[in-house]
Amino acid sequence: MQEAMINKAKQLLADGTVDRVIGWKRGEFAYDITPAVFETAEELEKEFVFDDFTAANVSKYLVKESKKEGRILAFLKPCDTYSFNQLTKEHRVVRENVYIVGIPGGPKLDAEKIKAKGITGILGVKNENYTLKIDTVYGEETMPFYEAILDKCATCKSKKHVVYDELIGDEGEVLDSNRFDMVEKLENMTAQERYDFWRGELSKCIRCNACRNVCPACTCEKCVFDNPNSGVENKAPADSFEENMFHIIRAFHVAGRCTDCGECSRVCPQHIPLHLLNRKFIKDINSLYGEYQAGEDTTSRAPLNDYKQDDCEASVVHERGVE
Amino acid sequence: MKRIGVFVCHCGTNIAATVDVKAVAEALGHEPGVVISQDYQYMCSESGQNLVKNAIKEHKLTGVVVCSCSPRMHENTFRKAAASAGLNPYLVEIANIREQCSWIHKDIASATEKAIILGKAAVAKVHLNSPLTAGESPVVKRALVIGGGIAGIQTALDIAEAGFDVDIVEKNPTIGGKMAQIDKTFPTLDCAACILTPKMVEASQNERITIHSFSEVADVKGFVGNFTVKIKKKARFVDETKCTGCGLCTEKCPMKKVPNEFNMGLDNRTAIYIPFAQAVPKVATIDPNYCMMLQKGKCGICSSVCSVGAIDYKQEDKIIEQQYGAIVVATGFNPINLDKYDEFAYNQCPDVVTSLELERLMNAAGPNGGTLLRPSDKTHPHKIVFVQCVGSRCDDSKGKPYCSKICCMYTAKHAMLIREKYPDTEVYVFYIDVRTPGKNFDEFYRRAVEQYNVHYIKGMVGKVTPRSDGKIDVQASDLLANEQLHIDADMVVLAAAIEPDKTARPLATMLTTQMDTNDFFTEAHPKLRPVESATAGIFLSGACQGPKDIPETVAQASAAAAKAIGLLVKNSITCNPCVAHSDELMCNGCSSCEKVCPYGAITYVDKEFRMPDRTTAIRRVASVNPAVCQGCGACTVACPSGAMDLNGFSNSQIMSEVDAICK
Repeated sequence: MQEAMINKAKQLLADGTVDRVIGWKRGEFAYDITPAVFETAEELEKEFVFDDFTAANVSKYLVKESKKEGRILAFLKPCDTYSFNQLTKEHRVVRENVYIVGIPGGPKLDAEKIKAKGITGILGVKNENYTLKIDTVYGEETMPFYEAILDKCATCKSKKHVVYDELIGDEGEVLDSNRFDMVEKLENMTAQERYDFWRGELSKCIRCNACRNVCPACTCEKCVFDNPNSGVENKAPADSFEENMFHIIRAFHVAGRCTDCGECSRVCPQHIPLHLLNRKFIKDINSLYGEYQAGEDTTSRAPLNDYKQDDCEASVVHERGVE
Repeated sequence: MKRIGVFVCHCGTNIAATVDVKAVAEALGHEPGVVISQDYQYMCSESGQNLVKNAIKEHKLTGVVVCSCSPRMHENTFRKAAASAGLNPYLVEIANIREQCSWIHKDIASATEKAIILGKAAVAKVHLNSPLTAGESPVVKRALVIGGGIAGIQTALDIAEAGFDVDIVEKNPTIGGKMAQIDKTFPTLDCAACILTPKMVEASQNERITIHSFSEVADVKGFVGNFTVKIKKKARFVDETKCTGCGLCTEKCPMKKVPNEFNMGLDNRTAIYIPFAQAVPKVATIDPNYCMMLQKGKCGICSSVCSVGAIDYKQEDKIIEQQYGAIVVATGFNPINLDKYDEFAYNQCPDVVTSLELERLMNAAGPNGGTLLRPSDKTHPHKIVFVQCVGSRCDDSKGKPYCSKICCMYTAKHAMLIREKYPDTEVYVFYIDVRTPGKNFDEFYRRAVEQYNVHYIKGMVGKVTPRSDGKIDVQASDLLANEQLHIDADMVVLAAAIEPDKTARPLATMLTTQMDTNDFFTEAHPKLRPVESATAGIFLSGACQGPKDIPETVAQASAAAAKAIGLLVKNSITCNPCVAHSDELMCNGCSSCEKVCPYGAITYVDKEFRMPDRTTAIRRVASVNPAVCQGCGACTVACPSGAMDLNGFSNSQIMSEVDAICK
């Protein structure tokens, strides 16, 4: 796949379709695959990476990249295309300046899950018949492939590209995922249990801002958390702000716009299941206003930004969890 | 440093009985920035206002908090007082300690505590108030009247009389509304057509009145003084400008079995039709559901007989756009559907009719040419039972909770007319109670009982059963005699409750006006502003606001016209300066605000910006048209970055109010 992508990128650069390419390159470790912009065929040959650790969603980078001169090639996985569409809808990316090549999605690997098995010093991985062969500095280790995949891939919602200029590989379909199971479990908790659950999770927050910085819905010119006039400005975990406010405000800000790409939880160094907050919103929107998938298209009105005469009064119809 | 004055009103005992006003004044006097805090018996009185004015001058106040009634009552009073003392009127804040405090609490200690908290919130807000200046916007000198019944006609005539252009939009092919269907009118018993049709003609002849018949309001944008309305002129397949109303097409049309809605479906009309002889405009309309040419492409007789070539089978709906300064709603009423009332056998027996159907049965232009005959066998009925309050004053979900108001009087009218014309007919009226307030109304009802010997029986009809011999068995209870009655009636007349027209609710959404739970339009104040809606520039005429008889409808129609004229004579109106604005440096251009704006006040522009990294960038940013913005604040909560803010109700002001309350 990596070879095909490099060839495609070189071809599009050569024929002048695009001026730049956004893809990924290796970080410090084999599993640190990081988005990167390439301008020449040589750079692509040397550094372009696409492997089982390449999970990062590059859509958000296009907010800036698509406003630069010329056209950029972006390789988007199915989940990334939803983010891209949502950004197009919000006029955050310039669609004409991006050439999208749809590439197959995951499942992608979670290095933390491999490390949790006591496997360290990872140099590379190979998937052989769903057995993961891991090359480490201490020799080869193995583990079942599906035990090492990212949570966001385990509950994948769609293998379909909702926007692209061309595709590498076959088109997939929207999946019938069980992504709301954990939300339901939380809903069935008592208020106290749920409070304890979230307190436990959110108190781990070190306020690194990785979730905000990676989130394709968080593209404000000036974030409210950085704005002294917003009333919720806060830059460091000095008090219980993160437990009480930060993640909740963020979830409210992306409500109705979050495509459930799962990047927030993937990048969280403290392993807080942040995506569950957003999924709760998505589940509620679906049940109160009808099925809605943010980023599915660029024209529909988001339920929270739309008023219809038969809209329910959420505060009236919503039954609170078991007390 | 802010210098704030606090003024606590007793409102007689309205506030002072449940709130210790002196304690409130004392407590608020210690708030930061407050330099004077006083209480007074009636702050809205002239001497109360002088108290405020003098304090502004004496203490060089930079902000005023009045703890009193709802800002809807006296905010303007105190703003004007402040302005006359040289303080910007938007530096005045009202703490509502009456409607939101004293009136709803009983315990003095807790009510006082709450009043202090509300006062503190207002003080916290006024700290962040900034002076605002109201702009002006021009008034389009043209009015729109929605609905062409007697209410709409009267309103339009009055507005035209004052010298302004006015358009009537009527969804039916003719104006006239329900009154055109009525036979005689109470309490004078003059014929409805005789008094209505001259007004219809007057409306059509008035140069200032344009009638858009067979048309509907499709879209309303804009605001008081400057509405832009899209009117859908539905295809009637007849060129209005050519048709002379000769009626030849209606005679020759072979499709003669179309239920005639003007006669309540009691007889038939043709597919191309003129609703009634005095219709205005007197223009034919083709009913596309029945026309064979439009359904099957075969026929074309009307087109071949029309001497002026007015028939146009290819006509399509047309949208026209027009600006208006004022809009008057006159959408009227309908009798409710009686499908749920099986006990009265309305759907089983043709001789059980509604009162409006009876009007047609008795009318000279009706199905029987004015002779009262049973619809089933065209025989003369000898015993007629009237049932009042069918669906009115109901506490179940089938009917309406309100009194339909007109039924007692028209039932007395029907009973009297029948007894007068057919003295051999016995008439029974079953009632809960007879309600006849109004000039000469009770006298009218008493005449029916005393002079015409109509049998008024207090009690409800339990069951109506059609019998095989053609009679109708009416089971009822006489509550005064405490006995069960069985009456072999020939006809039963049901006084069906009335409800607002179905088009009213979608219209209310377009106009952003309020409705009550029964879909009647809500007036701005039930006593003092009965013909204005809460939305500026939208006025209410007739039964769309509540059940009304003709005299009341006409009175309200003229009142609504007077209000509309009062607006139209102004060259410009003062705008509300409390409008939204966007901080362009923070705006993402995401369109969230534009999508939620009900007034279409937000557009986007591409602007060049110097970025923090010293580059320049073209960014898409929101721009608010202050003349169109109504200050609802929907955009400020939709904005993800907080770039959108509202003058006078800024995010920071609201947060500081909340902080003051939660402290």
